[in-house]
Amino acid sequence: MSAASPLLRLQGVTHLYGGGKGRTLLALDGVSLDVGHGDFLSLLGPSGCGKSTLLRLIAGLEAPTGGAIAWPDGKPAPGDIGFVFQEPTLMPWASVIDNVRLPLRLTGRGAPPADLQAALDLVGLRDFATSYPRELSGGMKMRAALARALVTRPRLLLLDEPFAALDEITRFRLNEDLLRIWRERRCTVIFVTHSVFEATFLSQRVAVMSPRPGRIVAEEPIDLPALRVSELRTDAAYSAICRKLSDRLALAMGSEIGGEAP
Amino acid sequence: MKVLLDRLAPLALGLVGLALWEGLTRLYAVPVYVLPGPLLIAQTLWQDGASLLGALWITLRITGLALLAATLGGLFLAVVMAQSRLIERSLFPYAVIAQVTPVVAIAPLIIIWADNTTLALVICAWIVAFFPIVAATMTGLNAAEKNLRDLFRLYGAGRWQTLRLLRAPAALPYFLTGLRVSGGLSLVGAVVAEFVAGTGGAETGLAFRILESGYRLQIPRLFAALALLAGAGIAIYVALDLLSRLALRRWHDTALKDRG
Repeated sequence: MSAASPLLRLQGVTHLYGGGKGRTLLALDGVSLDVGHGDFLSLLGPSGCGKSTLLRLIAGLEAPTGGAIAWPDGKPAPGDIGFVFQEPTLMPWASVIDNVRLPLRLTGRGAPPADLQAALDLVGLRDFATSYPRELSGGMKMRAALARALVTRPRLLLLDEPFAALDEITRFRLNEDLLRIWRERRCTVIFVTHSVFEATFLSQRVAVMSPRPGRIVAEEPIDLPALRVSELRTDAAYSAICRKLSDRLALAMGSEIGGEAP
Repeated sequence: MKVLLDRLAPLALGLVGLALWEGLTRLYAVPVYVLPGPLLIAQTLWQDGASLLGALWITLRITGLALLAATLGGLFLAVVMAQSRLIERSLFPYAVIAQVTPVVAIAPLIIIWADNTTLALVICAWIVAFFPIVAATMTGLNAAEKNLRDLFRLYGAGRWQTLRLLRAPAALPYFLTGLRVSGGLSLVGAVVAEFVAGTGGAETGLAFRILESGYRLQIPRLFAALALLAGAGIAIYVALDLLSRLALRRWHDTALKDRG
């Protein structure tokens, strides 16, 4: 990592959900992490490890109950962060282009038609601008959600297991498209996933998280060629990294299973 | 073929029912002041049609005004209540009270208080009709997907933007369901109010004609008025159903012809 100041710095971020009747749930416990400019970072962990919570905290949708999230270059304004949820989360009453236009309308930016068109082109939905979400396949809905997140040209793109519900063929294609978008837009990406293979294929760096309460148990740089193509999926170096990450994940899981009864 | 059968089956059942009705009244020679046969009713409808249609028009006008008031008032109340939990908690019980109090019981008061009969009748019908719109719209305003609400927050959307671009469109299918229920209730409310109002001066609606026919033992006329009323109710339902299909045609599953 470079010595230059990072885009964002998490310092001992802890998050406690207050349940009713005095019950609380510790979702995150002392997460410290630097995310550099132009980074592609994956948060890898089992479901319920607080990775989605971490993403929501970074997006500012919730405030951490402990620790700090610092933005050395200044706090992001609306539109500086793009967010893609697990589900496409499109407005069913609006066409694809109106869905993609939404962030521009909400942030009151004069919507340059070129930006709108560019976002659609980037995800390959040019010919579906006037379609309605219910007319699209799962993968195309996700593409629309991605275009919506990109339309404000965000500095930081947050993706919360966006491709988990898609079939493998579609997922692979979207993986490659996402990498192309990341290269072209030069934005920073934080990608949440529970798939070792997806994390390895996409990321420059992977942070492995333990089950609840979420902690970062390992940070691994992914030393693979910058330009990643589908052939990489059968590459020996790729397999070796996948294996290493799997071991780290198993270690994190094992500590929980040995430690306490479910 | 199957579609045709689907359409024809209820019609055929109705015709068989009417034929049985006609046949039995003739077979047992039932007096017309107890139960007239459908043919006699149809004949009466034809003869008294002009006068009955005039009465129907008056009832429908009250129904329409009440439905309009219920829609505007219901939407306004729902939007106000959806603004905060506190406002909802303060107002909702009174909406429920207005709903559960039988309109027959309060109609005499309203008729005393209101300046003219038409206004009184509209108020009565409105009280019966507004609640489904309020309840359904409120549910709809809170029905927007949580992630979409988060997305609006992420982009710093204001209260008005969120209402206009997210909560209102999300509430539309719910509102339309409420509207269909309220449409029927407006007619019920108008008729009940007319019953309570009794004479009602020069302009008398269909309900009064039913009362009058009952007093005079003109039972075929009573049935004719009843048939018109039922027809009006069906027409209102069909019109509102069509409206909701048109409004949701592009995006909502319930508006699709093949629901699969």
